[in-house]
Amino acid sequence: MKNRVRRTMIFLNCQRAALIKDAYIYKPDCVILDLEDAVAHSEKDSARVSLYNTLKYHDYRGVERWVRINGLDTNLYKEDIRAAVAGGCDGIRIPKTEKKADVTLVADLVSAAEKEFGREEGSTMLMAALESPLAVINAYEIATSSPRMMGMALSAGDFCSSMHAVRTPEGTEMFTARQQMLIACRAAGIMCFDTVFTDLDDTESLIKETELIMKMGFDGKSVISPKQIALIHKVFTPTEKELNHAIHVLEAVKESAASGVGVLVVDGKMVDVAWVEGAKRVLKLARAAGIYKGDL
Amino acid sequence: MKNALGREIPDEILAGGKEVFQGQHHRDGYQYTKDAPRIRANVKPKGDKVLPSIRDAIIASGLKDGMTISFHHHFRDGDFVCNMVMDEIHRMGIKDLNVCASSVGKAQNSLVSCIEDGTVTGLSTSVIRDEIGEAVSKGRLKNPAYIRSHGGRVRAIETGDVHINVAFIGASTSDAYGNASGKGGKSDCGVLSYATPDSEYADYVVIITDTLVRTPNFPASILGTNVDAVVVVDKVGEQSKIATGILRLTQDTRELMIAEYAAKCMAATEYFKDGFTFQTGGGGTSLAVTRFLRPFMDAKGIKMDWAMGGITAPMVELMHEGYIRKLINDQAFDVTTVKSVHTDPNHFEITAGQYANPFNKGAFVNQLDFVILGALEIDVDFNVNVVQGSDGLLQGAPGGHVDTSAGSKCAIIVTPLIRSRIPIVRDRVTSVTTPGESIDILVTDYGVAVNPKRPDLLEALKKTDVPLCTIEELRDTAYKIVGKPKELEFDDKVVAVIEYRDGTIIDVCRKPKHLN
Repeated sequence: MKNRVRRTMIFLNCQRAALIKDAYIYKPDCVILDLEDAVAHSEKDSARVSLYNTLKYHDYRGVERWVRINGLDTNLYKEDIRAAVAGGCDGIRIPKTEKKADVTLVADLVSAAEKEFGREEGSTMLMAALESPLAVINAYEIATSSPRMMGMALSAGDFCSSMHAVRTPEGTEMFTARQQMLIACRAAGIMCFDTVFTDLDDTESLIKETELIMKMGFDGKSVISPKQIALIHKVFTPTEKELNHAIHVLEAVKESAASGVGVLVVDGKMVDVAWVEGAKRVLKLARAAGIYKGDL
Repeated sequence: MKNALGREIPDEILAGGKEVFQGQHHRDGYQYTKDAPRIRANVKPKGDKVLPSIRDAIIASGLKDGMTISFHHHFRDGDFVCNMVMDEIHRMGIKDLNVCASSVGKAQNSLVSCIEDGTVTGLSTSVIRDEIGEAVSKGRLKNPAYIRSHGGRVRAIETGDVHINVAFIGASTSDAYGNASGKGGKSDCGVLSYATPDSEYADYVVIITDTLVRTPNFPASILGTNVDAVVVVDKVGEQSKIATGILRLTQDTRELMIAEYAAKCMAATEYFKDGFTFQTGGGGTSLAVTRFLRPFMDAKGIKMDWAMGGITAPMVELMHEGYIRKLINDQAFDVTTVKSVHTDPNHFEITAGQYANPFNKGAFVNQLDFVILGALEIDVDFNVNVVQGSDGLLQGAPGGHVDTSAGSKCAIIVTPLIRSRIPIVRDRVTSVTTPGESIDILVTDYGVAVNPKRPDLLEALKKTDVPLCTIEELRDTAYKIVGKPKELEFDDKVVAVIEYRDGTIIDVCRKPKHLN
C-alpha cells in the first residue's frame, strides 16, 4: 500500500538477529532491514539468510518491512533482491540511486523475482536513496522512473561529503537538496523522507530538525535508534487545534457537497475543496498517533 | 509431598517438622516463642572489648566444628570481612560449619574452597551468585543450601530455625565497647540493617571494623550491649565497590519502554493517590520506573509518603525534589544514598526485621502500596523464579522479592519477554521463589498481563494506552519467536531448598544433569 503513514523508517542491521527479531515493539511505521552499510563484508551472506528468515517467519504486526540492498556497483544486490522478494518484503530501498536506469534495473530484477517466487507482480514497492549531487539533479527523473516507486529519501552523509559541505544544526547546507527532492516527489506524487539524525544523545536538535522537515512537507524521517521514534512521532502529531480544524473542514465540506455550495467558512476562514487533502492528512497522522478514532 | 503450587518436596527435606507451602497467608496468627542467645554475663568491668586479631576473636568465641556463623552483605562487592574470617577459620582447621549469610556473591568467593574441603557444609542466604552459586548448583555443598528471603531470614533466626553461634559483623565504625554503625570511616556503607538480628540472636557477637572511634559511637545500629568483642583491621571493605554494583540508570529503549508502561499502570490504580508508598528493585528497568513517575505525580498533584528498600540516588533525588516525604532504608546502594542517610533528617535506617519479617507485629512491607520487581522466569500462573537461571544454575536472589510482593497492594513484575533466546514467560518456571498469588501485574516489552485474581486492576488498566493481553498470549508470543524451551534434566540430588518467608517449603533446586 503506497499511501500510508510513514513518519519513521528505522534501519536494522540484518547481521544482528536480536535486533531484527522484534523491532516492531518500538512501534516505528516502517523498518529498513539493512544488508548494506551496517553489515560487515564477511557477513553479507549470513545477513541475507537472517533477512529471509525474518521476513518469512516473523510477524511484524503491521509494521512495513523494507530491505536496503547492497549497491548496484557490487556483486551482491541481485541475490539481495531475490532473498527480499522471496521473503515477502513490502519494498526495496535502492542505495546511491543516481538515474532512472538504476531504478529500472532493480524493477526488472524484482519482477523476475516476483515471478520466480510466486508473488503478485508489481506488489513489491521501491524507494530510492539520493546520496549525490547528480541524484538530486535527477530527482524528478528518478521519482517517475517506475510505477513501483513509493518514495525517495535523502542521505545527508554521502551528499554533504560529495558537496564538500559541513553538517550544521540549522541544515543550511541541506536546504536546496531537501527542497529539490521534495518538489520532485510531490510532482511525481510519491512520498519524501529526510535523512537520519546521527547524534543519539542530542534529542533537542533531533526535534528541531524534525520540526523543520515536517514544516517543509516531508512525510517522515529515517531513524537509526529506537529512542528517536517516539520523539519524531510526537513532532508529526497534530495539535488539538489542528485536529479540530481538520474535523470541522471535512464535516463542513461533506455537508456543503450535499447542498451544492463550493466555498464555505470554517473556524472563521474561507475553505474550499483544496483544503480537503490537507485535512485528510491531518486526520491520518492523528489516527496514527492514536489521538483520533473517528471515521471521517 | 506436593505443595500448594504442585511442586514435589522430598520427604527428607520435610523431616524434622518442616511443612510444605500452603499459601502466602497460611501461617497468619502463628504463635511462637522467640529463640534466645546464650549470653556470657559481663559483670566484672573489663575496660574495652578490643581483641588483637580475628583469630583471637574466633578463639574467644569458642567456635567449634558443626556450629553456625553469620555474615551480612552491606559492604556488597567490596566486602573483605567474610574472606578474612573464613581464611582464619580455614587455617585453624575448624570444620562442618553452617554459614548463615544475608547474601553471598563475588566478594565471598573464599567460601568456595571452604565448601570444597568441608570447612563449610551448610549455607543459608538470601542471595546466591557467582562461583558460590555454581559450586552449590554442582552439589559441592554437603547439605542443601537454604534460600530465604530477607524477611524469611530474620524469621528463621527469631524462631530458632537457625541459631547463630558466632556473628561476625563488619562495621564502618565502632567504639571499643562495640557500639557499631554503617556510617563514616574508611568503608562507609550507610546502614547495617541486615546485621541487627544477628547481633540480637547470636551467642557471641564480633564487630570487625577498620575505624575505631571514641565512645559512644552513637547513634549505633548495633548496640554494644549485644557485642562480645571488637577487632580492628586495616580495611573491612573497598569503598568503590561498596557503593556500586547491580544498579545502573538504563538508557536502553526497551527497558525504558517497560518502565513507562509500569508507571502508567501504577498511575491508573486506586492506590496512586497522595501518601502512597513504593519500593523498587535494583535492576535497570525497575529503577527507571521512578523517572516516569514524576509527570504522573505532577498531574495529580500528589506526593509519596515514603519509599523503602535498597535506596538509590534516583529515590534520594525524588525526595529532594519534594516528591517523597520520607525514605526508609535497609540498604544503601550508592554514594549519594550513603551521604543522604547520614545527613538527611527524613532518611531513616530500619532493621531487616522491621523491613520484612512476616512473623513480627507489623513489617513495613505490609504497608506498601506498590512494589516493582524483576524476574528470571514467570509462569502462566504468575509464579516467579528469581533464584535459578534457566540453565539450572543458582544465580539470583529472593532478597525482598517474596516479602514485598506478599505485603504490597500492587506487585508489578517488569521484565523483557525474551532474554537472548530464553523466553521469560513460560509454562513452568525452573523453580518457584514467589508464588503467583503475590503478583498482580506483569509488564513486558510486548504487553501487560494482569493476574486474573485482580479484575479490579484489569478494569483500571483498560483506561490506559498500555497494551493489555493475557499471560498466555505473552507466553505464546515468546514461544513463537524463540521456540518452547526444552525441559532441563536434573539429578535427584537436592542442592538447595527454597523456603517461603513463613518457613514452609515452596520448592527445591536439584542438580542439573549437564553439570555432571
